[in-house]
Amino acid sequence: MTKFPSTLTMTLRAVALLGGAMGPALAADISGAGATFPYPIYAKWAEAYKAQTGIGLNYQSIGSGGGIKQIEAGTVTFGASDKPLEAADLKQNGLVQWPMVIGGVVPVVNIPGVKPGELLLDGPTIAAIYMGDISRWNDAAIQKLNPKLSLPKLDIAPVYRSDGSGTNFLFTNYLSKVSPTFSQKIGANTSVQWPVGIGAKGNEGVANQTTQTGGAIGYVEYAYVKQTGMTYAKLLNHDGHYVAPEAKSFQAAAASADWAKAEGYYLILTDQPGADSWPITGASFILMHAQSNDQSTVPALKFFDWAYRSGQKMAEELDYVPLPDKVSKLVQKTWQDSLTVDGKPAWPAR
Amino acid sequence: MSAITIPYRAQLKREARSEWVFRSLTMASAALVLILLAGVLMALCYGGWPALRTFKFGFLTHQIWNPVTEQFGALAALYGTVITSLIAMLIAVPLAFGIAVFLTETCPLWLRGPIASCIELLAAVPSIVFGIWGLFVLAPVLQHAVQPWLIATFGDLPWIGKLFRGPPYGIGLMTAGFVLAVMVLPFITSVMREVFLATPRSLKEAAYGLGATQWEVIWDVVLPNSRAGIIGGMMLGLGRALGETMAVTFVVGNAHRISTSLLAPGTTISASIANEFTEAVGGLYTSSLIALGLLLFVLTFTIIAAARLLLLQIERRGARI
Repeated sequence: MTKFPSTLTMTLRAVALLGGAMGPALAADISGAGATFPYPIYAKWAEAYKAQTGIGLNYQSIGSGGGIKQIEAGTVTFGASDKPLEAADLKQNGLVQWPMVIGGVVPVVNIPGVKPGELLLDGPTIAAIYMGDISRWNDAAIQKLNPKLSLPKLDIAPVYRSDGSGTNFLFTNYLSKVSPTFSQKIGANTSVQWPVGIGAKGNEGVANQTTQTGGAIGYVEYAYVKQTGMTYAKLLNHDGHYVAPEAKSFQAAAASADWAKAEGYYLILTDQPGADSWPITGASFILMHAQSNDQSTVPALKFFDWAYRSGQKMAEELDYVPLPDKVSKLVQKTWQDSLTVDGKPAWPAR
Repeated sequence: MSAITIPYRAQLKREARSEWVFRSLTMASAALVLILLAGVLMALCYGGWPALRTFKFGFLTHQIWNPVTEQFGALAALYGTVITSLIAMLIAVPLAFGIAVFLTETCPLWLRGPIASCIELLAAVPSIVFGIWGLFVLAPVLQHAVQPWLIATFGDLPWIGKLFRGPPYGIGLMTAGFVLAVMVLPFITSVMREVFLATPRSLKEAAYGLGATQWEVIWDVVLPNSRAGIIGGMMLGLGRALGETMAVTFVVGNAHRISTSLLAPGTTISASIANEFTEAVGGLYTSSLIALGLLLFVLTFTIIAAARLLLLQIERRGARI
């Protein structure tokens, strides 16, 4: 089955190469494909990096599934996925994976009279809403979390992302961690079968549907909340504190995670310990072949190294959260230990 | 004598050769379509095979679509596809008929050109624009005005009430049907207009001469004369409605559920594929999506084949009369 899309993408690549052959810097260009969530920041990094070094990055944001397929087929230098591959999958395909940038998912609501940050929610309650067990805003479970708010007797309209996405994965992964019933009935994936609610396409679709429907609850990427000023809810985290979605709380979740112990960086940052940790945080991952003969491997690593060191401010401007320094150091150690080109270690680059 | 015929023969030969080249070229063009079609069908069968082998006939009869447990059934998508297309046809066909009759029979001559062009322009609007229009313009109107009224008026009636229950989300099967209706309208209208225009003038004039009213001429002369064309136009519209992807994805609500209410969110085959293909990880999941594609292929093919059969029958009956 993989044949079908990959032949197609290979043809596209061939066309792209033909077109690119007219440009000057083709030989040095790095190619990657995958997740759509980090695309804006990868594109911005690529632009700045090209201006500095003359080396371009050709990133196709075709979705995590496509990215994984392409790196497995070896048609790109790196793949990108919002959902980490498990250690066994990595080993089977001879891949190495590491986190590149952090993002978070934020629940947004549309309740008359409730302003951004006023509503307090916890994971099990959100899970019950999305399973249809809580169907009114003045339900005792919600009212108990919000003694100061007077919530209306309004039907809850759950809105979910209909397109398979990393956002869906993080959201359902978090709900599965905090609610055994959710884990059993629905589970975590880039798409799941929701028993109630309506599916809207993309962040903008969810945001729009939530804004239009009185009583709606939805979930969108953090950047979207920040840029549109939607009514977000504060969440109760693993340590029992209510936190607001902001760069600081995402970074807290990433910092308190124990990356060193996670084999193949298989770590999903939802429900992490730490007083300030935002509970629905996640990293976007890069995948590369452990042993390759692709001459673009070293330039790609140089690009990632540059992004870790110099790309942080750009990430913050676009409301992504850069990886904490201690994690990026760990990643570089991984490069050193497990990546080779033509049998020689690929990092540190000479 | 022979001195004249020899160059003539050479020319004949040359012409015969160029005729042969021309014929082969046209035949190759036609064959290419068949090869492409066969290729698509084979790719879909090959890609969808793992899913069909795993779920067998259950793929058609289950509405569960659960990527987590890897259980896939196409029934909800199939249902949504058929229902949204039916709503679209129910609205678009009478409307297109009205427009076509107006344009060919009752419209003042100076207005015919502009209206006809406007309708054809509608066909040139990209489907994503219809999707955005549906989501940002049509859905709020339906949500705040139309659907509450429908629920209040029909919701409590027996039988028919089941079609209009549940919260007014604004998006759902009905909205998708409305958007599709607007999208297929130009196709059906153009075809109907063409076939109405093709009715022989002498027939119509004879009917008027016998004292027939305008309605009688349209109903008894124009319509029977253009039956085949009308069905052809409807099939063209239906084909487009069944396969439309982007606009539907925006407004259908994207829920793999079957509910009797037209206001409820649902999904269609093409919307499911568009939504889920990019992030589908795992063989069975992608295979099930491709199997959905195969299903749409078969569905569309069946409908076109049925239309052909119907046309054949009409022609035969026409010949008997």
